[in-house]
Amino acid sequence: MVNKNLIVRNRAGIHARPAAMIVKVANKFKSELYMEKGSIKINGKSIMGVITLGAGFKSEIMISCEGDDEVAMADALEKLFENRFEQ
Amino acid sequence: MTSCTILELLDVDLKEHNKLQLSCLAGRSGLSNKIISSKISRPGLPLSGFFESFAGDAVQIFGHGEQSYLDMLDENNDYSNIERLFSYNVPCCIFTHNYTPSERFIEIAEEASTPLLKTALISSDFSRHIYQLLDELFAPTQTIHGVFVEVYGIGVLITGDSGVGKSETALELIERGHRLISDDTVKLRNISSSFLVGGGENPMLAHHMEIRGIGIINLANIFGVGAIRNKKQVQLLVHLEEWDSDKNYDRVGEENMKASFLGIDIPKLVIPIKPGRNIPIIIETAARNERLKQLGYHSAKEFDQSVLKWFETESAKKMYYINEENTL
Repeated sequence: MVNKNLIVRNRAGIHARPAAMIVKVANKFKSELYMEKGSIKINGKSIMGVITLGAGFKSEIMISCEGDDEVAMADALEKLFENRFEQ
Repeated sequence: MTSCTILELLDVDLKEHNKLQLSCLAGRSGLSNKIISSKISRPGLPLSGFFESFAGDAVQIFGHGEQSYLDMLDENNDYSNIERLFSYNVPCCIFTHNYTPSERFIEIAEEASTPLLKTALISSDFSRHIYQLLDELFAPTQTIHGVFVEVYGIGVLITGDSGVGKSETALELIERGHRLISDDTVKLRNISSSFLVGGGENPMLAHHMEIRGIGIINLANIFGVGAIRNKKQVQLLVHLEEWDSDKNYDRVGEENMKASFLGIDIPKLVIPIKPGRNIPIIIETAARNERLKQLGYHSAKEFDQSVLKWFETESAKKMYYINEENTL
């Protein structure tokens, strides 16, 4: 299992479009993805779940990837967060 | 939740139709005080000077008895015990019967920045409501991935891997007149260790659903207010999974599988998915069957009983035929 702490860098936070991007990236991999913020832990492969996190600007999210391609998945997500969801 | 502020408590109460009828008298600066336990305290003994085992971290409720005592202290101009009570940093004081304490009392509370709240309710009614509210706020919670629907009055939690068709199944159930409580993330609460209540994680986002190919839809708008519900007791777990031909699925219905969440057991069914199986109808039937079980009628057991009875009568008849054969 790979755990990573990621910080939301785009001003609008994780609204519908960034959430869709996370899910799209996550679904390219076979591993399971869980995202945690505060007391909420959700499945990272579902849009509604990711939006439920309510992750605003500068909030910190812990992702945990588990499976055969967990390292590649965590790297891809980290890149996505660093690119501010291409905005 | 391990702690909540007074403000959050008031906020939750407002959403519950203002059952507690609280209003703030003084000490507004302390509205961010934290309540850290679901206990409540009646400070009669501390007011009379006995502070041993005093629950200073609990919400303090001043009922009729305490109020009369306060009046007496006020007449005697004795505020030492009140000052000592506030030195415990109590989260808040609540007065029932719409009682307003003396000016000096309010001053002491302001100095300690402890909010004073009052309610028109009588102490027994108020205690009941606030216990219920705090119980819910401090209940152990768990967030799980699944869809929660109400089918024929039974709270059915549908789980399964991503893409197995949970949301589509729920959509069909809603179309057939059942209700959605939450899609995708379900927040479970253990209420007084006796039952499990499920609801949406965030009321702002509740009753929305993501359907692949359509996007995010608002069910309350599409299907009307009758298609939604905010919370419900979880009474049945239906786990959907791809049909595995090597696995044995329950054929009789006597297995009685259980799933456990937060220490509470719930009947569990595993339903295999295969093209051509109408899952919503299977879930409807499971819910009806669960209702029957709750009423004390267990279909599979009754069936088995009648089969056994039939065998008995058959073998009883056979005895006569054997006797007849013998006499001939």
